[in-house]
Amino acid sequence: MKYKDYYQILGVERDADTDAIKKTYRRLAHKYHPDVSKDPAGEEKFKEIAEAYQTLKDPEKRAAYDQLGQHRPGQEFQPPPDWGRQFGDTQFSFDDIDLADLFAGLAGRGRHAGPHAGRQDGVFRMPGQDYEVTAHITLDEASRGATVELNLTVPEYDERGRLHRVERSFKARIPKGATDGQRLRLRGKGGKGTGGGPDGDLYLNIALHPHALYRVSGHDLYLDLPLTPWEAALGAVVEVPTLVGPVHLKVPPGTHAGQKLRLARRGLPKPGAGEGDLYAIVQIVVPTVLSERERALFKELADGSTFNPRGHFEREIRHEA
Amino acid sequence: MKLEQADEMWLDAHCECSIAELVRLSGMSEAELRELVDYGALAPISAQDAEWTFSGDVVLTVQAAVRLRDDLELDAQALALTLTLIKRIRELEAQIGNLRAQLPRPMP
Repeated sequence: MKYKDYYQILGVERDADTDAIKKTYRRLAHKYHPDVSKDPAGEEKFKEIAEAYQTLKDPEKRAAYDQLGQHRPGQEFQPPPDWGRQFGDTQFSFDDIDLADLFAGLAGRGRHAGPHAGRQDGVFRMPGQDYEVTAHITLDEASRGATVELNLTVPEYDERGRLHRVERSFKARIPKGATDGQRLRLRGKGGKGTGGGPDGDLYLNIALHPHALYRVSGHDLYLDLPLTPWEAALGAVVEVPTLVGPVHLKVPPGTHAGQKLRLARRGLPKPGAGEGDLYAIVQIVVPTVLSERERALFKELADGSTFNPRGHFEREIRHEA
Repeated sequence: MKLEQADEMWLDAHCECSIAELVRLSGMSEAELRELVDYGALAPISAQDAEWTFSGDVVLTVQAAVRLRDDLELDAQALALTLTLIKRIRELEAQIGNLRAQLPRPMP
C-alpha cells in the first residue's frame, strides 16, 4: 500500500484542529471543485483534497490514519501489526488496496451510498456506484451511431463490504443523436450493487474529434463556403459536401461575406427523430496571384463600377456631427 | 474480461425524466426537488401535471448541484442559487460554443 500524506495534501499542520482543517478544505474546494474550476488538473487535485478531508474531518478515521505513522508520499508501507484489529471490523489485506478504499471501508460508505443504502435482514444493502468516462468519437460515428469499447479501473465492494480496484471493460452502443458535450446514461452498467441494491449507471461524456471541414454546435454543423467575387455577385450553383454526400447549393446573386446559407436537415441526427441543419458561411476569396487577363478584367470593373461599399462612413460621420 | 451490451438514454432536452427518476439519479429527495421548484431554481415541463416531468438535461444540472452541496456543505438557499448559476453558465457556454462554430477558419 502506498502512503499519502493527507496533511501535506491539505497544507495543514499535523496538529491542526478540525475547524482549521475544515476551513482549509473549503478554500481548496472552492478553487478546485470540478463543477466550478476550469483548471484541467482541478478534478484530480480535488479528488486528493476530498479524500484527505474525508479522513481528517472524522476523529475516528483521523486517529486511525495517524496510527499508520508518517512516511514519504508514494512510499510502500505496512500498517502496524494490530492496526486492522484495532480500527477495522474485519481482517484487512493491505497489499492490493488504496489508502482511500481502506478508510472508506472503516466507517460509512460515502455519498454514493445515498438514501437507498441500509441494512435489511442483517445484509448491508447498497446501490452500486455511478461511473463516468469520456468517449471520443468522430463526426461520422456520431452521425451513424457507433459501438465503442471502454476500459475502466473502478472501485467495487466485495461481499464483505471491502473495496477493491477492478478492471472492467464495456462495449457500449452510442446511438445516432450524439453530439459534442452530450451525456449518455447506460442504465445499470456502473458498479455492482451489494445486498440486493441496484447496480449503478455508467455515464458517457461524448467528445467529438475536431473535423477538418465542419464545426459543431448542438446538432447543427457550420461549414466555411469560399466563393469567388463573381460567384457572390452574379449567383452560382456550387457543390457542397455534407455528411451523406455532396449536394448542389444555389447561391443567390448579391451574396455577401459572412452570410449563412442554410441546408435544412443536413446536420447531425437528433436523438429520437429529426436532424440539425448545415450552415454554409460565405467567405469571399480573391485570387492572390492574377493573370494578365484577370488583372485587365478587374481593372475594367473598377473603372466602370460606381459601387462604393464605404459610402455609409461619410453619411454616419455627417449624421454624428 | 467480459464485454457487456448496455441500454442507453440521452440526458438532454430531447428526452424527459419523471420526478421519481430524477430522485433516483440525483440522490436528492422529492421534497428537496419540490423546494427547488418553489424557489424557481428548477422548472418541470408542465407544473400543472399531477406527475411532474423534467427535461433530460436537468439531470446533469441537479447532479452537479448535489455534488457541490455535498462537497461544499451548502444549505438549501445556497443550493438553489448554485443551481440557477449552473444553468446560467451552461446557457452561456452553449452560446459561446455556437458563436465559435460560426467563426470562419483561416483559408488554407
